[in-house]
Amino acid sequence: MIPFPNLDVLAFLVLATFAVLCGLSVILQKHAVASALSLVGVMGSLAVLYLMLGAEFLAAVQMIVYAGAIMVLFVFVIMLLNAGSEKKGPPRYFAYFVGLPALAVFLGLIATFILREMPHTASVQFGAFTQGGPAPVGRLLFTQYLLPFEVTSLLVLIAIIGAMVLAKKEID
Amino acid sequence: MDYFLVSLIKIAVVFGAFMTTLAYLQWIERKVLAHIQLRLGPQRVGPHGLLQPLADVIKLATKEGVIPANVNTFFYVLAPFLAVSLALISISVIPFGPAIELFGVRTNLELASVNISVLLILAISSVGVYGIALGGWASNNKYSLMGGLRSSAQMISYELPMAISLVTPLLVLNTLDLRQIAERQAGGWFWNWAAFSAPPFVFFAFIVFLIAAFAETNRIPFDLPEAENELVAGFHTEYSSLAFAGFFMAEYANMVTITCVATTVFLGGWHPPFPAPYSNFVPTALFWFFGAVLLFHGLMQPARRWDRFTFPIFGIISLGLGAIFLVAATLLPIIGQILLPVFWFVAKVGVLLFIFIWVRGTLPRFRYDQLMRFTWTFLFPVALGCLLLTGLWVAILG
Repeated sequence: MIPFPNLDVLAFLVLATFAVLCGLSVILQKHAVASALSLVGVMGSLAVLYLMLGAEFLAAVQMIVYAGAIMVLFVFVIMLLNAGSEKKGPPRYFAYFVGLPALAVFLGLIATFILREMPHTASVQFGAFTQGGPAPVGRLLFTQYLLPFEVTSLLVLIAIIGAMVLAKKEID
Repeated sequence: MDYFLVSLIKIAVVFGAFMTTLAYLQWIERKVLAHIQLRLGPQRVGPHGLLQPLADVIKLATKEGVIPANVNTFFYVLAPFLAVSLALISISVIPFGPAIELFGVRTNLELASVNISVLLILAISSVGVYGIALGGWASNNKYSLMGGLRSSAQMISYELPMAISLVTPLLVLNTLDLRQIAERQAGGWFWNWAAFSAPPFVFFAFIVFLIAAFAETNRIPFDLPEAENELVAGFHTEYSSLAFAGFFMAEYANMVTITCVATTVFLGGWHPPFPAPYSNFVPTALFWFFGAVLLFHGLMQPARRWDRFTFPIFGIISLGLGAIFLVAATLLPIIGQILLPVFWFVAKVGVLLFIFIWVRGTLPRFRYDQLMRFTWTFLFPVALGCLLLTGLWVAILG
């Protein structure tokens, strides 16, 4: 009799499978909007995984910022440009004879690396980590990681100003 | 097991009440709008059109669901599902009343206790735009597409002032849990509510939140996504039958949720505006006054033939409700502990919803550039200013 895996493993497997399927769907879909929505699916399942690992704040921010703001902008731009679905081009033999073997080798490398470097220990227990709420995260951000936090915000500000300058040049 | 059973009962009650509210909110809206415009509103189905929502549901459910040619079928069908399911989720974290004890079982008057419920509501509302945007895009219709585009741009833009003005009272209350937010505004008087308590900037944040809420729910004066005179019906032009009903329901569900959030965060949740022994009799007084007015108009000066029967019946129902609240407040505290907080919560939500309808009957629609300029050059800076000043206030005095 096959032992029933505990619910943590089951939940992880379901969510991880969904995330990987959505990830594959991002590159396999012919339509840009469908790809973008598959990416939202990836982000949603990752957010649920974060939530189950105890990182509530990260999960909520993932949904608000990535799924709710950035991807909406992506979808908005795709809809604005009204991109049609892609046509299938002639078969690329380079992709079949070099790309696929290279992919297989790459996956094998990653698998051996993980199997060798990561010892086979007890799996992560959902609910074991409880320091993922807004208060602990905020405390860390404003004490231990203050400098990286401020530098990142400055970087984002520079990016915004840069985008505005570029857009202005286009208009003039 | 107790927890499971109690949760099931709560879900059944909240779901039933929420669905009835959604159906009758639309009746109330039509009635209020009609009276603002000196009309009668729905009058044919049942007394004073009271069965109109039922008739609408039957009509929408039995109508043929058309899927036009050349639409992207998957997304066309997915969009209303997405809109309505995301709109219905948020109600599960709204606290309607304090923790109660009934037959030895202690429970909170809410469906799910989440310690980051404010973030959860923001997350759901920010994902909610997909339903409208996808519906507009998948319909393969230029008006729908324009509606979907406008709605995504508008909702992204107004989410910023909404979220920032929602954070402002949190600086004072110091928690992200809606239940704790409501509990920390206790104190008996209305000046303990976040909107009227110490930092005066929170009141401006409340106003900004309300304005942004109009835009988030696509209501007049911000209903550009479905502007009839430009876009036929906007993003739901191609939808009929239950798919259209889904969008329609989502709009009203969002309206109820956002007023519930405003009530909990800014207006003290279920707390009455003045202390308990006296505020307990307000519901009775209100219902009895309403009942007396109805009885007077029905018996003394009926405007129409049927009013002679319908007004007294509703008057007697209203008097009975007043009596129930009187008994609950004085003799049966076990029922009063549920009825009275829920009454105050529903009353505040009702006032806010009435403001939503009132604004719809009063203001004309913005032009698209005015809409965008308004949020980015006025609403967003004001919300940010409120947040910074409140932060300064808390840092110096708190």
